[in-house]
Amino acid sequence: MSVAKPLPHDAARLHVTGQARYVDDIPLPANALHLAFGLSTIAYGKITHIDLSKVRAVPGVIAVLTADDFDHHVDVSPSPSPEPLLAEGTVHFVGQPIFLVVAESHLAARKAARLGQVEYEELPAILSLEDALAADSRFEDGPRVYAAGDAEAAIAGASNTLEGQIDVAGQEHFYLEGQAATALPQDDGGFIVYSSSQHPTEIQHKVAHALGLPMSDVRCEVRRMGGGFGGKESQGNHLAVACALAARLTGRACTMRYDRDDDMVVTGKRHDFQIKYRVGFADDGRISGLEFIQLCRAGWSMDLTLPVADRAMLHADNAYFLPDIRIESHRLRTNTQSNTAFRGFGGPQGMVGVERVMDHVAHELGMDPVEVRKRNFYAKVGKPPQSTPYGMPVEDFILHEMTERLEATSDYHARRAAVREWNADNRYLKKGIALTPVKFGISFTLTHLNQAGALVHVYQDGSIALNHGGTEMGQGLFQKVAQVAASRFGVDMSRVKITATDTGKVPNTSATAASSGSDLNGMAVKAACDTIRDRLASFVAERAQADPKSVVFKDGHVEVGGDRIPFDDVVTDAYMNRISLSATGFYKTPKIVWDRIKGEGRPFFYFAYGAAVTEVVIDTLTGENRILRADILHDCGASLNPAIDVGQIEGGYVQGAGWLTTEELVWDDKGRLLTHAPSTYKIPACSDRPDVFNVALWEGENSEETIYRSKAVGEPPLMLGISALMALSDAAAACGDKYPDLQSPATAEQVFNAVQRAGS
Amino acid sequence: MSSVSMTVNGKAVSSDVEGRTLLVDLLRGPLGLTGTHVGCDTSQCGACVVHVNGEAVKACTMFAVEADGAEVTTIEGMADGDDLHPIQEAFREHHGLQCGFCTPGMIMSAAALLKENPKPTEDEVRHYLEGNICRCTGYHNIVKAIMAASGQDVSAIAAE
Repeated sequence: MSVAKPLPHDAARLHVTGQARYVDDIPLPANALHLAFGLSTIAYGKITHIDLSKVRAVPGVIAVLTADDFDHHVDVSPSPSPEPLLAEGTVHFVGQPIFLVVAESHLAARKAARLGQVEYEELPAILSLEDALAADSRFEDGPRVYAAGDAEAAIAGASNTLEGQIDVAGQEHFYLEGQAATALPQDDGGFIVYSSSQHPTEIQHKVAHALGLPMSDVRCEVRRMGGGFGGKESQGNHLAVACALAARLTGRACTMRYDRDDDMVVTGKRHDFQIKYRVGFADDGRISGLEFIQLCRAGWSMDLTLPVADRAMLHADNAYFLPDIRIESHRLRTNTQSNTAFRGFGGPQGMVGVERVMDHVAHELGMDPVEVRKRNFYAKVGKPPQSTPYGMPVEDFILHEMTERLEATSDYHARRAAVREWNADNRYLKKGIALTPVKFGISFTLTHLNQAGALVHVYQDGSIALNHGGTEMGQGLFQKVAQVAASRFGVDMSRVKITATDTGKVPNTSATAASSGSDLNGMAVKAACDTIRDRLASFVAERAQADPKSVVFKDGHVEVGGDRIPFDDVVTDAYMNRISLSATGFYKTPKIVWDRIKGEGRPFFYFAYGAAVTEVVIDTLTGENRILRADILHDCGASLNPAIDVGQIEGGYVQGAGWLTTEELVWDDKGRLLTHAPSTYKIPACSDRPDVFNVALWEGENSEETIYRSKAVGEPPLMLGISALMALSDAAAACGDKYPDLQSPATAEQVFNAVQRAGS
Repeated sequence: MSSVSMTVNGKAVSSDVEGRTLLVDLLRGPLGLTGTHVGCDTSQCGACVVHVNGEAVKACTMFAVEADGAEVTTIEGMADGDDLHPIQEAFREHHGLQCGFCTPGMIMSAAALLKENPKPTEDEVRHYLEGNICRCTGYHNIVKAIMAASGQDVSAIAAE
């Protein structure tokens, strides 16, 4: 069988030879046009006058459009709340598109876009979470509250209490391939759109809506993205819609890619949070009551903020049984980029809150934080399951065993003692170590999104073409799903042709998001393959007078009634006998029910687990720091492809550690993003990865019936990076008796501040 | 416009370019060599690394006219027909890629490194690749692939 093998990425050969095509690499018709946006230079205000004469005068400029050029609201929002393609009278953040330049070259379009003369009547902008809260600038009527038990009474009755606050950083996606789209007008008035998008159906939907066409007139194709991380779930809408509108206007193919600086200024990022906590706890570290107030920066438009903020609440417990808890969530509207999906989708932010509480409680009690964490874990499998704050019993909790294993394999306790000794001998450099767990809920919380379709063709020569609703952004989804298809037919991987995601082949796809790609599409492809397989089995069984259930597909052959026939021969024969060799497949996740207003139900099919130990060293004089070693144990269930899964874990950890340490987004007091290029926004570089990096997969299988009992792996490993933040906190705590109150991102400056606080 | 001539991947080419045309735009546009990618537009991410007269160069920071008369090698020129260059094979084999967008630049940088330092240490590889950004892999398998391509034992570099 192909599943469970560590096969290379399906396009690896294309990537290493430079043959793999991204949107901007697709050959265009000779008269294709290029697009660029003219952007707002203020954070909030009314547009009083626009003079685009200089823009129009640039050689090569074909057209310049503003919102007034459309006879209807052109919407690019992924939510029910409207979001215009081009500003409609008011601008809401620095970087909002105001006009669209259509030109004969990318350079001409960009150059012209800088020459717009826009006058504004500036209005007072809301830039900080505090200001937004004070002004009651928010989405939804008031805060959303999920609660269980009586947190206030439990805290009041506790022998110890603490309160505190942590800033949880935002994060720029920095997919290496920037946003890009191309629209090709068709002879019948329809459009083909190539988009670097995690959500082809959304692109199709928004383009059709903008053009007043039925969705059937628009086909969106996505072969691959150069990284997505959530940043291409909704943020590609602008480019695709702009290209389609310009293509209709001109009758020519139109293409658009953001320059990197524009990409960082225009598109949304991970939601930054401020989390306040009040906790009551016993002398042994057990938490009795906990209250969180989560302030979440939505930015200027709704985008995906509501489900992001919901997921932050749903992960406020992480791995801990907290029967008396209250979580209050404010979705605040500010005059900054509209924050959007980013790997973990709010879960990581919620998780940082409770991990911070564990760290703080352990410091207060002088305990090893791992002991506090373990003391508060959910009950292990086999004991009566305990419920999450939203009433879902945790029935698959394996973190007791995983933590125990990781403590042993990472030699945690001896190394913690060694760190203490080392710190006693070193005045200026201090080390820290921390172990943090991850429990991440798998499924879209918007229940209807948990569906997928597939289309499988077997051609008369026995070759197989595979299509499904998932998109490839480097995570190896196409390879994993192809492994499933090859396994169902018992053929070699070379027989399976992977094809681009295409709304004309599989309709109504969900975004490839929420880590759900292989769970959903793997099952849909399995269903399609099994339909064809069952037809073939019935066909050969009838001829051999055998039971169809006894037919085996294995090693490129079909075994029936003692015969072993090559798969290709069976297929050719079936074709000659008029057996249908094409099928669709469909899957919907079972068991899930969720009421997001009440905060009750079973939003997740299952949980994915992991744990990491990180050791760091800091320079107490400068705050500079390094990760010395990371040890990870992660649960992928029965892995579909261990090499791809380990790659996700390594990359997720480094991206998570980057989020909480070096990746700092800075806006000035006018709302201008100052960190809009890799020169100032520091994602981890090759030399930043841990000197020692041990990654192991937990050997187990999913207790739920997922595809070959595997587990989702896209998002959960990112949260292993929280251990880096907690290790830095541990190192700073070595500089005095006080709690260092380390904030994120834990840049050298923040680490330095924490060191000062610890020793103050 | 001025005319430039150079050898790209062993073939003589010439093209009319503006003075401001970047080498990467010449390669990706008129020459159709789209394996050289533009990631950051500002010479920092390394997705556009090519070799000019044997030296690794960020093609988005060099004018096409500066490469007049030069020998240019891009990712498309690394394989020998169907036979992958050892560094290409190592990236494929050791999972040194995910989305693949940084991969051509990584391979071109790695090739320049191994030319000047055929048996680098892991630290030397990491240091050398600081100008090449990858957002997917966490770099682990990239370092491993380069170590393997240099003929060194990578069994001690943690499990796949």
